[in-house]
Amino acid sequence: MKSIAEHEKITPPAGSVLAKGMYGKNPLLLRARRLLLGKQGNDGLIFKFFTYYLLICIGFVYLYPILFILSQSFKSMDDLLDPTVMWIPREFNLENYIQAWQVLDFPKTLSTTLMNAALPAVAQTISCALVGYGFAKFSFPGKPIFFVLMIITFIIPAQVVMIPLYLLFENYGMTGSSLPFILPAIFAMGIKSTLFILIYTQFFKSIPVALEEAAQIDGAGRISIFFRIVLPISVPAMMVVFLFSFVWHWNETYMASLYLGDAMSTLPLKLQEFNDAFKNMFGGSQAASAKTDINESIKLAGTMLVIFPLLVLYFVAQRWFVEATDKTGISGE
Amino acid sequence: MTNQRKNTLTGLLFISPWLIGFLFFMAYPIYSSLKMSFEKVFITPEGIQSEFVKLDNYQYALFKDPYFMDEVFNFTKTVILMVPIVVIFSMIVALLINQPIKMKGMFRAVFFLPVVISSGAVINELFAQGAGTIPMVEQYGIVTMLKDSLGPGLADPIIEVIQKFILILWFSGVQILIFLAGLQKINRSIYEAAAIDGASPWETFWKITLPGLKPFILVNLIYTTVDLFTNSVNDVIKLIKENMFKIETGFGYATALSWIYQGLILLILLVIFFFFRNKEGKKERKLGYRKPRVKRGTVS
Repeated sequence: MKSIAEHEKITPPAGSVLAKGMYGKNPLLLRARRLLLGKQGNDGLIFKFFTYYLLICIGFVYLYPILFILSQSFKSMDDLLDPTVMWIPREFNLENYIQAWQVLDFPKTLSTTLMNAALPAVAQTISCALVGYGFAKFSFPGKPIFFVLMIITFIIPAQVVMIPLYLLFENYGMTGSSLPFILPAIFAMGIKSTLFILIYTQFFKSIPVALEEAAQIDGAGRISIFFRIVLPISVPAMMVVFLFSFVWHWNETYMASLYLGDAMSTLPLKLQEFNDAFKNMFGGSQAASAKTDINESIKLAGTMLVIFPLLVLYFVAQRWFVEATDKTGISGE
Repeated sequence: MTNQRKNTLTGLLFISPWLIGFLFFMAYPIYSSLKMSFEKVFITPEGIQSEFVKLDNYQYALFKDPYFMDEVFNFTKTVILMVPIVVIFSMIVALLINQPIKMKGMFRAVFFLPVVISSGAVINELFAQGAGTIPMVEQYGIVTMLKDSLGPGLADPIIEVIQKFILILWFSGVQILIFLAGLQKINRSIYEAAAIDGASPWETFWKITLPGLKPFILVNLIYTTVDLFTNSVNDVIKLIKENMFKIETGFGYATALSWIYQGLILLILLVIFFFFRNKEGKKERKLGYRKPRVKRGTVS
């Protein structure tokens, strides 16, 4: 950040007295100056260079952990111990992935994780849409109070309500299944529901009233207007909510380990218990060679397997994630 | 009249899922956990029994527990350091991306990626393997230098911030997007007018961009604070969970801890609000003084 500051300080605006005084007489110098420093101060080559340089540097730091996992996860034991092997392993060792696959019980865990993320996400997408529409387009007594209460729920940490909820779910025998996540999601509570309701509220407010009025004149009721007219044009907002809800449910470990117990396990949960699971699976025999001993590479291969489905999802649906703020006005005013 | 009543009922119908959800999954648990925080809860074969112990849980947490207040204090220090870094950093990145550059979409995608993949388990794994910090920091001995020159009280949080540097950057994804949206809302023509008047980019930033981003700074401050406090990679909430299943402490004590924690979050948010409200007030007063002068100018 310092470099921009300094750079801009030492750049007198082109066309200022200083610039003319120094270079005014020589058109070639002036042109070179224009090219390097620009007309407005932010379109010169030097400024552009700094912008790209900073962005690429920061981008690298961002991607560093992922590149690190990727490179490390393919290393064999010998490569790990050899300090001369930095980024590119001498041979791509798939053994790590095979072992991590087995430890994570990948196909089964993946399907539970998918279910545990997709079902609450669908429920949340629908319920929050209903609630968002109610807040956006209707006026009823108590609306401001409800709205404030909804915002407050965003600030309350899950820990405060976690224990009573756990006892409640335990009482009705719902722990050990996805129900403790699905049920609150149906009633627009679940993970970060406030955020989703706000996204919908902003989005629905941007739909012109005339559209609904026209439908009303044609004799449609408010509820059928919502399902037949509003929802079909709200696909962008629904996509955004579904994707975020899906990802956040996927990544949830704190509540998941409490609610799911031993009966079900998601990929991130399995990753937390990776060491123990590995020992149970491979460490049984004392005579096991160094190859079957756990090492960083195997753990990182496991990490890679856990984030891989998310990377694929992000790759496919990237624009929905990134344009969330533009599309839905999530930032709010 | 009937139409209006129908409208009201339909509105309530639409938000009814939330109303029911709020009662069952928020209001009741809050009441129940508040009650529980004044009790000692025993889990017996016959079910859960509780005994009213007044403020014992809170007293123990605040004055006797060897870990809790320490952890809370450390965590608060880290948060107070991290929040401004996250907000300032995300603003700089948003400003950079907002420049007319090529591959804007790609950069945005890179900066948002961590939001998608960073679960507690993955982040813990990264730290365990040393991928959460920039290797350069360790190599140049910055950490030991800090330790020598500053006292441990001041150095420890700073060192923690340095060691978690990538994590801090990783927490900025949503904030960057919010700032980008904010930057796009500032009217282009104001910049053009400023450029015609000969304002340098430096002045433009302080006089136009920053005031325009002010509401978004507040949103980001709140979002970052809440996000850091509710994230599953912090030691305080791990401690709360540990206490849940300890025999000597149990559910009652764990809820008391969570209420203290909640109080702390509210306190920090209030401080942020207070700070911003003051600033806003000053700004309005300034504008109020300016207005008549502008009017006089136009008349003469």
